[in-house]
Amino acid sequence: MIDIAVVVALYVIGLAMLLSLWRLLRGPSVPDRILGLDTLYVNTIAALILFGMHLKSSIYFEAALVIAMLGFVGTVMLSKYVLRRDIVE
Amino acid sequence: MNPLIEYSLVALLAIGCFFVLVGSFGLVKLSDFFKRLHGPTKASTLGVGCILIASIGYHAFLGDGLGLREILITGFLFITAPISAHLMARAALTLAPDQRPLQPPADQEPLTVAADAPAARTDASATKPGDDRQP
Repeated sequence: MIDIAVVVALYVIGLAMLLSLWRLLRGPSVPDRILGLDTLYVNTIAALILFGMHLKSSIYFEAALVIAMLGFVGTVMLSKYVLRRDIVE
Repeated sequence: MNPLIEYSLVALLAIGCFFVLVGSFGLVKLSDFFKRLHGPTKASTLGVGCILIASIGYHAFLGDGLGLREILITGFLFITAPISAHLMARAALTLAPDQRPLQPPADQEPLTVAADAPAARTDASATKPGDDRQP
């Protein structure tokens, strides 16, 4: 039963990723696009964890951890660029 | 596997997927940026946390033993989500300064100051507005 639940959860996370991708492409302002990208990162972490559960493999934790760290750094860098028009001061 | 554990893992997966979907749907559906900021930063973080806890249980009871690396991802997400939300809100306020809410009126002082020192009250109210607006 839990294998079917993992596959259904992958479909739901894919739908959530499509919704955040729509906001990333159609965002009316720059912070909307940053927020859409950040949501896409978070949904990608969930999708990778579920894919690791689907394959019964534990090798996707490291990929999810790297995406979490680099996603946070990317969000901070984009926001700092919008704030000050300069990344390295 | 114990069916109780299996049902609880499926329930955690369902709750996590529900919150992730609610967060992304709020990102698409809401009207203003400061309303949209609530969906992904709170609901999606909670949903991903539920999915990671389900993954801990799945790998502990079906896979290769108890691994606590998902706790690392959960803690990292729970720490970094408010920081990134704060930075995105500040970036949006920089681009649209008229979205900043009004400050409370400056003449509402404590009663003791208003009762016995009116001159000091006017000085304090003259220097108060605009102090914390500077970045």
